[in-house]
Amino acid sequence: MPIQTPFFPRTSALCNSMNWKEWAGYYAVSSYETLHDSEYFAFRYSAGLLDITPLYKYSVKGPDAAAFISRIVVKNINKLGIGRVSYCCWCTDDGKVIDDGTVMRRSEHEFFVTSAEPCYSWFSRFLRGYDVELKEISEQIAGLALQGPTSRDILKHVCDADLDDFKFFSTRLARADGYDIYVSRTGYTGDLGYEIWVENKHALKIWDAIISAGKNFDIRPAGLDALDVTRVEAGLILKDVDYYNALHALIEGRKSSPYEISLGWTVNLNRDPFNGQAALKTEKEKGSKWAIVGLDIDWPQIESLYNRHGLPPEIGNRAWRGSIPIYTGKDKKTQVGYATSGTWSPILKKNIAIATVEKKHDMIGNELQIEMTVEHKRYTVSAIVSKPQFFNPERKTSNPDSQKS
Amino acid sequence: MNKKYDSIIIGGGHNGLICAAYLAKAGRKVLVLERRHVLGGAAVSEEMHPGFTFSVAAYVVSLFRPHIIRELELAKHGYEVIPMDCSFLPLPNGDSLARWADPQRTRREIARFSKKDSEVYPEFSRVMTHMGKLAKTVIDYPAPDITSINPKELANLFRLGKTFKDLGPELLHLNIKLITMSALDFLDLWFESETLKAPMSVSGIIGTFQGVRSPGTAYVLLHHYMGQLDGAFRSWGFSKGGTGGISMACARSAMSYGAEIRTEAPVKQVLIKNGKATGVVLENGDELNAKVVISNLDPNRTYLKMVGKEYLEDDILKEINRFKLRGSSGKVNLALDSVPEFSCRPGDGDHIRGDIAIAPSIDYLEKAFDQAKYGEFSTRPYINAVIPTLTDPSLAPPGKHILSCFVQYAPYHIKQGAENWPKYREAFGDAVVDTMAEYIPGLKDKILYRQVLTPWDIEQKMGLTEGNIFHGELSLEQLLFQRPIAGYSKYKTSIPKLWMCGSGTHPGGGIMGANGELCAKTILTSRAI
Ligand SMILES: Cc1cc2nc3c(=O)[nH]c(=O)nc-3n(C[C@H](O)[C@H](O)[C@H](O)COP(=O)(O)OP(=O)(O)OC[C@H]3O[C@@H](n4cnc5c(N)ncnc54)[C@H](O)[C@@H]3O)c2cc1C
Repeated sequence: MPIQTPFFPRTSALCNSMNWKEWAGYYAVSSYETLHDSEYFAFRYSAGLLDITPLYKYSVKGPDAAAFISRIVVKNINKLGIGRVSYCCWCTDDGKVIDDGTVMRRSEHEFFVTSAEPCYSWFSRFLRGYDVELKEISEQIAGLALQGPTSRDILKHVCDADLDDFKFFSTRLARADGYDIYVSRTGYTGDLGYEIWVENKHALKIWDAIISAGKNFDIRPAGLDALDVTRVEAGLILKDVDYYNALHALIEGRKSSPYEISLGWTVNLNRDPFNGQAALKTEKEKGSKWAIVGLDIDWPQIESLYNRHGLPPEIGNRAWRGSIPIYTGKDKKTQVGYATSGTWSPILKKNIAIATVEKKHDMIGNELQIEMTVEHKRYTVSAIVSKPQFFNPERKTSNPDSQKS
Repeated sequence: MNKKYDSIIIGGGHNGLICAAYLAKAGRKVLVLERRHVLGGAAVSEEMHPGFTFSVAAYVVSLFRPHIIRELELAKHGYEVIPMDCSFLPLPNGDSLARWADPQRTRREIARFSKKDSEVYPEFSRVMTHMGKLAKTVIDYPAPDITSINPKELANLFRLGKTFKDLGPELLHLNIKLITMSALDFLDLWFESETLKAPMSVSGIIGTFQGVRSPGTAYVLLHHYMGQLDGAFRSWGFSKGGTGGISMACARSAMSYGAEIRTEAPVKQVLIKNGKATGVVLENGDELNAKVVISNLDPNRTYLKMVGKEYLEDDILKEINRFKLRGSSGKVNLALDSVPEFSCRPGDGDHIRGDIAIAPSIDYLEKAFDQAKYGEFSTRPYINAVIPTLTDPSLAPPGKHILSCFVQYAPYHIKQGAENWPKYREAFGDAVVDTMAEYIPGLKDKILYRQVLTPWDIEQKMGLTEGNIFHGELSLEQLLFQRPIAGYSKYKTSIPKLWMCGSGTHPGGGIMGANGELCAKTILTSRAI
């Protein structure tokens, strides 16, 4: 049975819909109201507050901390500046992705790592020879994601950090009302936003402070349904949905390299040895088999398919997950991949998806076909290959001064 | 120095800007000339009081065509619309009705007034969704010309006919009723509760000089059900930064394709040589030439001011004079010190984040119309109010709010004469505030600033003749192939090389962008430039 996060007294009181799901062994709100879209619009229009405590959290400390993490993940963490955050993944020896997460450098010898899967055992395999202390702190630290255009203004009222001069993918210690929090400018919505990390005992205090400061900035508690729409719009992939953990994959075909899941940019190949290095070098030279792409699914075609049945388009407004065949060719019969998640984007007025396709079909602008069932009948609809990042507002990375110019 | 443009667009309303964007995207050299210092026309945001940005005129969006958002990449240029979750009706007796996006919640609300209505309500929505499909066929294409035998026209007509036919006999029958009935009679076919019917019926009278019992008003109801079809799942929404946000997104899109936009550049007249439009003369005397001129102004202004009587044949002149403008609405925008709370449902909850209707009964609405018939503004008017700051806090300083009131009836032709409206402006504003204060105790003490727009002000400030919010009434005889005048429904005018792209053309008013889009596409496919 799932357990409660430290925010449960607040989230449960607010969750009018009783719509919960299990996330990493915790109760997590799917949507606070029956319909999640006001929570979605809070992320995009004002601010949404999401309990992200269920993420796995690790503390890595010691003189060799940077070297140790660099040994495990595909990125060279030795080069990560103090107060900076890196998004990356880690691989098996044969270069297949196990999980993705963030590495935050809090000081020269002190790191904070988050992941979607329990990774303590995997990380600890590589401890030998490094002067570091690895601790899982998942159950001691609570986390909140405050995401959306007004999140900066809200957080300014909650802690003393200078947020006008706080770059995208940075982290810092800040003082709230009598206790410390860590703030990072990170998130899973592809918008301006922050993640806040706090000891469990202060969890309710920080929740209350954020909600009360947020009142004037139209804050809303938001659940995972809303998050899912935003993450597809932002083209952010999700483990066990868009790819499998290589350690859990039952067959080879389910394993993916970072290059195949659009994380090639996180790989620093030429450096001291790290897990999967040799395999990734070979793949880089020889080329990958698969690629993750965005698909822009032709809306007028969908409308006319529904129209054929006398129906208005019935596309749920929730993000979906699954596997839908992607075809190419004149006959539309040659399968070249599969879409793994998608959504109607209320902001772009587009039907979009994240798909894995054979590498040779991944050129931007390429026209593919996606299967679609309308009124019990199967059709295909054209879908244009694009960058997975469909929505990427300037405010995500800008600071107030640069925004004005 | 005198550059030759492919087209000059008079007016930087959202339709003019969209027209410009489509033409520029197709590689044409386009110049937009806007009279005011701000773009947007009736879809405009202005800081009227320090820190308070008002959607001065149009305040909510429903019909904006989603394919325009895609084709002009408007999301990238800042188009953001957030749907409203609730329609709230406070009642004088302390009761209230809130209709939500959540159907079960709505059913329970309506059941307090009529159990039967609460169950019929989803059925009604279902039928209206089907009807909306028809309306979509109408909106997204130029109006078919029923007198033509050109195959393309016939195809257009056929598409319309087919959509009609596909409705099936039951719906087809309803549709015919929809066209001829009054909003109220139409609703009577479904519902019994006045508390439900009153706020629903007002959708039929917005922007018209008619009452909820006037025939033909049922058709206008339908417009409210169309936004739902586009995967938006909600009809009405707020634009970030006010409705001017939409216009600015259109402007940025147009500029990204290379269109040139000038503000504070009022046009005095269209230049006409050998009976054809060849350019424009600005108020400052400058002459600019273009292969075609496109007017974003209403039909009255376009024909009578930009062209001038001397260039119009008698029958055209007659048609234009017959074209009904008859503005009937005003707007009162209030900057408030704190959230306005309704005595019937206190608090700043979700119920006041959508639209708020002051329409407590059918009689109330009829009385409001009666006054208007005799040339007075309604002392207890129908009001459609919103508090956009609850959804978009950036419009006001933290903790402060805006209460925007769309008010009907405020007839342009008051009995004292339209030009005397300024003398009655404050009295009109007082009537609106008094009405709202009956539901919001303490409202008057919260007001930091008040902007009152009478139809006269709308005409003077925004250039909408007789203050008609839609560039001409959306009544049946002024729609489709008859909008603005029969024979010239396809964005052409009686002057060769002069086109029209504003709300006075098919498919009518509101922030929908279709007029600008269809005008541009018609110009391009007919190879006028
Ligand atoms: C009070 C009010 C409330 C409304 N509420 C809503 C609403 O909530 N939702 C909705 O969808 N619709 C609403 N409408 C209707 C909607 O705003 C209009 O139908 C629509 O904005 C018209 O757009 P347009 O581009 O066709 O014309 P306009 O917006 O009228 O643009 C015409 C432009 O031409 C300019 N111009 C005029 N004369 C000249 C000249 N001589 N030279 C150069 N430029 C000139 C004007 O300044 C203006 O910018 C409302 C309208 C009003 C007035």
